Amino acid sequence: MTVAFLETVDLTCERDWRVLFAGLNLTVNLGQMLQVSGPNGSGKTSLLRLLSGLMQPTAGEILYQGVELRRQRHTLSQNLLWIGHAAGIKGLLTAEENLAWLTALQHGANAEDIYQALERVGLKGFHDVPCHTLSAGQQRRVGLARLHLPNAPKLWILDEPFTALDKQAVADLERHLAQHCEQGGMVIFTTHHELQHRPSQFTELDLGQRAV
Amino acid sequence: MSRVFFLLILREARLLARRPAELANPLVFFAIVIALFPLAVGPETQMLRTLSPGLIWVAALLAVLLSLENLFRSDFEDGSLEQWVVSPHPLTVLVLAKVFAHWLFSGLALVLLSPVLAIMLGLPADRVPILLASLLLGTPILSLLGAVGAALTVGLKRGGILLALLILPLYIPVLILGSGVLQAALQGLPTLGYLLWMASLMMLTITFTPFAIAAGLKISVGE
Repeated sequence: MTVAFLETVDLTCERDWRVLFAGLNLTVNLGQMLQVSGPNGSGKTSLLRLLSGLMQPTAGEILYQGVELRRQRHTLSQNLLWIGHAAGIKGLLTAEENLAWLTALQHGANAEDIYQALERVGLKGFHDVPCHTLSAGQQRRVGLARLHLPNAPKLWILDEPFTALDKQAVADLERHLAQHCEQGGMVIFTTHHELQHRPSQFTELDLGQRAV
Repeated sequence: MSRVFFLLILREARLLARRPAELANPLVFFAIVIALFPLAVGPETQMLRTLSPGLIWVAALLAVLLSLENLFRSDFEDGSLEQWVVSPHPLTVLVLAKVFAHWLFSGLALVLLSPVLAIMLGLPADRVPILLASLLLGTPILSLLGAVGAALTVGLKRGGILLALLILPLYIPVLILGSGVLQAALQGLPTLGYLLWMASLMMLTITFTPFAIAAGLKISVGE
């Protein structure tokens, strides 16, 4: 039996004395896309934060390549790209500076790669503009440009990546995510909208139907 | 790893250069407090000279405390801290770089400004090197200890008062040693012992507080 890349065993999450979900078992394998859906407050973001190791579960455990996550933090962090609701973009820095710093935290990228990644998300010519002058959608694109950098990590955990994007950008991003999965990567994300482009291994987890 | 340390300092420098008010606030506070005192207690040189060690140190301490409240605030709000926590680099190294950058641009500026204010208070010019040494050793301790409190309170909406309550007791040894060394210098007593004590306290905080700051941030981010 092969070991799943990421697996949860009876995962329970409690916030402010309210159980968001309990006894959650799921596996994520190479090439898989997992869409987490459910109404507001059903614990979508919490689940993503648990999986990326930002939060500790109330009960149950998360196994990363068969070993408990807490003991695997370092290996996970090398394979993980997390973009939360706030993407870590500094308004005072330019798009280029923001990306250079965010990639320096991981594997690093050269100026040419960053420039091309910005071009891919439609921000050509905006690389030297301070991010606070960009629109919400453009700021989100700066964060998402990390997905277009070479040697991006394998596992992408994205919280509401489609927020504030226009139709064309949504379609492009969907295609890009599907392509990443087809190439053996993994994507876990939350969204409320129906995907048009799905990779062959697609699963949806509806937290609303599991409500306690 | 040292590359990230350097890049983070560069990033902080850029951020501060684009928002110079944040840099100037603690310095202006420091200068105003010290400039107001002679007006309030009267311009008697002898009395001001006796008061100057305590005065300079209390003002420096409060100025550092004031600047620390927002140390991690914007990084917390825009999600930068989450990126630090999930990155493969040790959080301890990142926070040490962050606090070092903060000290470099606010603490060190305070140290450089202090001789002017000290002479204004009537501190003899030949005691200024002692003042500089005590502040150079003391302000990193203040920044590092304060960062522990800032890390723990960053998730709270109004953490300012709580931060002061948490951190002020820890500041007291530094305050006593820092003003003590100047008092000893004014009375012509040996000062080396005080300075060595401060140096050892500084090494101790540099060694241990990054772990406490990192743990505090992980708790705040994990909420």
